[in-house]
Amino acid sequence: MELLSGAEMVIRALRDEGVQHIYGYPGGALLHVYDAIFQQDEVQHVLVRHEQAATHMADAYARATGKAGVALVTSGPGATNAVTGIATAYMDSIPMVVITGQVMSFLIGEDAFQETDMIGISRPVVKHSFSVQRPEDIPSIIKKAFHIAQTGRPGPVVVDIPKDMTTPTERYEYEYPKSVKMRSYNPVSRGHSGQIKKAVDLLLGAKRPVIYSGGGIIMGDAHVELAELARSLNVPVTNTLMGLGGFPGTDRQFVGMLGMHGSYEANMVMHHADVVLAIGARFDDRVTNGVDKFCPTAKIIHVDIDPASISKTITADIPIVGPARDIIKEMIQLVKGAQTGPDAEAAKQWWQQIDEWRARHGGRFDINDEGLMKPQQVIEMLSKVTNGDAYVCSDVGQHQMFAAQYYKFNQPKRWINSGGLGTMGFGLPAAMGVKMNFPDAHVACVTGEGSIQMNIQELSTCQQYDIPVKIICLNNQSLGMVRQWQDMNYESRHSQSYMKSLPDFVKLAESYGHVGMKVDKYADLEGAMTEAFAMTDRLVFMDIAVDPFEHVYPMQVPRGAMRDMWLSKTERT
Amino acid sequence: MRHILSVLLENEPGALSRVVGLFSQRNFNIETLTVAATDDGTLSRMTVTTLGSDKVVEQITKQLNKLIDVIKVVDLTEGEHIERELMLIKLKANSSAARDEIKRTADIFRGQVIDATPNTFTVQLAGSSDKLDAFINALSGASLLEVVRSGVSGIARGEKVLSL
Ligand SMILES: Cc1cc2nc3c(=O)[nH]c(=O)nc-3n(C[C@H](O)[C@H](O)[C@H](O)COP(=O)(O)OP(=O)(O)OC[C@H]3O[C@@H](n4cnc5c(N)ncnc54)[C@H](O)[C@@H]3O)c2cc1C
Ligand SMILES: Cc1ncc(C[n+]2csc(CCOP(=O)(O)OP(=O)(O)O)c2C)c(N)n1
Ligand SMILES: [Mg+2]
Repeated sequence: MELLSGAEMVIRALRDEGVQHIYGYPGGALLHVYDAIFQQDEVQHVLVRHEQAATHMADAYARATGKAGVALVTSGPGATNAVTGIATAYMDSIPMVVITGQVMSFLIGEDAFQETDMIGISRPVVKHSFSVQRPEDIPSIIKKAFHIAQTGRPGPVVVDIPKDMTTPTERYEYEYPKSVKMRSYNPVSRGHSGQIKKAVDLLLGAKRPVIYSGGGIIMGDAHVELAELARSLNVPVTNTLMGLGGFPGTDRQFVGMLGMHGSYEANMVMHHADVVLAIGARFDDRVTNGVDKFCPTAKIIHVDIDPASISKTITADIPIVGPARDIIKEMIQLVKGAQTGPDAEAAKQWWQQIDEWRARHGGRFDINDEGLMKPQQVIEMLSKVTNGDAYVCSDVGQHQMFAAQYYKFNQPKRWINSGGLGTMGFGLPAAMGVKMNFPDAHVACVTGEGSIQMNIQELSTCQQYDIPVKIICLNNQSLGMVRQWQDMNYESRHSQSYMKSLPDFVKLAESYGHVGMKVDKYADLEGAMTEAFAMTDRLVFMDIAVDPFEHVYPMQVPRGAMRDMWLSKTERT
Repeated sequence: MRHILSVLLENEPGALSRVVGLFSQRNFNIETLTVAATDDGTLSRMTVTTLGSDKVVEQITKQLNKLIDVIKVVDLTEGEHIERELMLIKLKANSSAARDEIKRTADIFRGQVIDATPNTFTVQLAGSSDKLDAFINALSGASLLEVVRSGVSGIARGEKVLSL
């Protein structure tokens, strides 16, 4: 057997796990590991400019591929800088392995230089964490870290490695384990057949059914099965923000996103449904609105791999624990084998009703021919120019909601955004993580002038590694989402929600060696955007001036029912 | 309602802090908590008593089960069970009247005086938490100097066993 140092084992184990890129930033506690990186060329290290970006890159890689991304950060400030990224992945159940350096084991607890209790700091935002106590445990710990991150309900795992576990002169026999067995970790592998049967019976007898699906369809690779089930039952489908792309956005049966900024028709369908089939979705407060008024006439079937998601906020009538794909497959078989299919007359009436709702609002917005562009127009153009199949990596704010509403996602894993934590600064590193792994795909970062400045330093990383993403900055010169709330709830007192002293983004991009474009007329938008995407080997920063007064609608009325919405600045349901 | 949860977990560094952290992070209440290694040194057994509605306790159980170090969770209050808590209580005992009173009360409760000085008695008492409360109440005439309670340990009645 080969003898390797702890530092070498870290890198070798990553290679044996099939990892191609790791995103990181060096420091004292990791010097041995960085020396091991230097001496091999199988695992490529990407040097970011801030550790937060490393975690978002790893996270976005995971969102686009389904496999855990890897970040490597040093102890102390390196580790704390990574915490936001870990929390972002945790809230959206994204598999990730974060390796953090730690001070020498015999110094732990002495307030040593660059010591922080990373296991403690990260504890509430990890699926699990390991602290290496013996160098020879490194291979098995890394194996377990990937296993835990990627199975069951995915999530981030931290591996904290004291520097003396990586000493180059101390060598150990290296063997990467082939499999993992943990008596305390056995995710549910199939749903309960009796429950599945009950669910199908309920669905077949329903008159106003709906499927509400979320991120679990995307991460659980169940979109094909979901589409088949939806077709066989002829039911409308709505997706959460995290579930977009899990059902084709241009499909007749798709009614759009639901929830706070969901479509009028999706929220109306939910409110009036008699059976709600929730799959891989967690009844988040941005979705349910007032829980006491949520779906008053519906029986709820809830399929989720995590029992803790079920009946956490909304009590399920039929809970089913297990992986979405297998459970949906079983449902499809039962529907096929059923003696009577769904009630055709009821379906006809239900769809008639849905089409009426669609006609009532249908995502319309006012266009101002004279004044500034509307952000919605920019997203519609992005959808057109990229044929609806770009990877759209978003930041957080109004632009995120517009992207979710107006870009039609027909494939899963193309819409990459921070939903649960809502992390401004996520977009650019996320786009970078995707582009590095899908160099031939169109990758757009939809952002705002506020969010982009939270990780703007990564333009430098993009230059170093030639990462030609397209930055679509909807510049409304304000923290638009905050401002909208202030308009609606604080009589337009815009406390700290404006943006003064914005940089000249064109010059800024150019100073990093990229292409900058400024667009302030709709007439120029299509040409400019087409040109930007045609420059396949250049990063283009499109600074697009949009109407600062625009609001995102529909917007649910706080603590109301699903159907209680503002449809424009003046119209309410 | 009060629930007693029995938790079997890996005897690993950090496992306890994950459990305790979970309770504060998710705003769950902990009334008492006891933990120690079992006969199998790789396992710890923990008993947590908590107050909460059935819905909350269901969430607590599910969230505990989600912790990677946790192997099994059982709500003992769902079935017949035995709970015991140990109390050490130091009382002022500087007159013969006080000493007699304490001894008598301790006998009734089947407690034992395990340490004595000319001025104090220390009594050891085991039982359900209610019984320990009752003992303290019964001694309201005496002056308490110090009370140490272990928190509840619980086990199911009969042949039910919580093991791997
Ligand atoms: C500004 C802003 C506005 C927002 N507005 C909205 C809004 O209007 N509408 C909206 O929907 N969201 C909105 N969100 C997002 C919201 O906060 C939540 O992130 C989102 O609703 C959660 O999506 P989800 O229910 O699909 O759950 P996710 O967080 O994606 O969780 C996935 C669920 O699926 C389960 N799961 C995972 N894998 C599997 C599997 N293989 N099989 C079965 N189950 C599995 C998990 O256990 C989990 O319960 C907004 C966020 C921001 C930042
Ligand atoms: C790190 C972080 N800080 C604060 C917030 C609160 N927040 C949510 S949206 C928003 C404004 C975003 O502004 P911008 O990026 O310009 O997008 P816009 O809403 O204008 O489209 C703020 C401050 C957040 N989500 N993340
Ligand atoms: Mg803005």
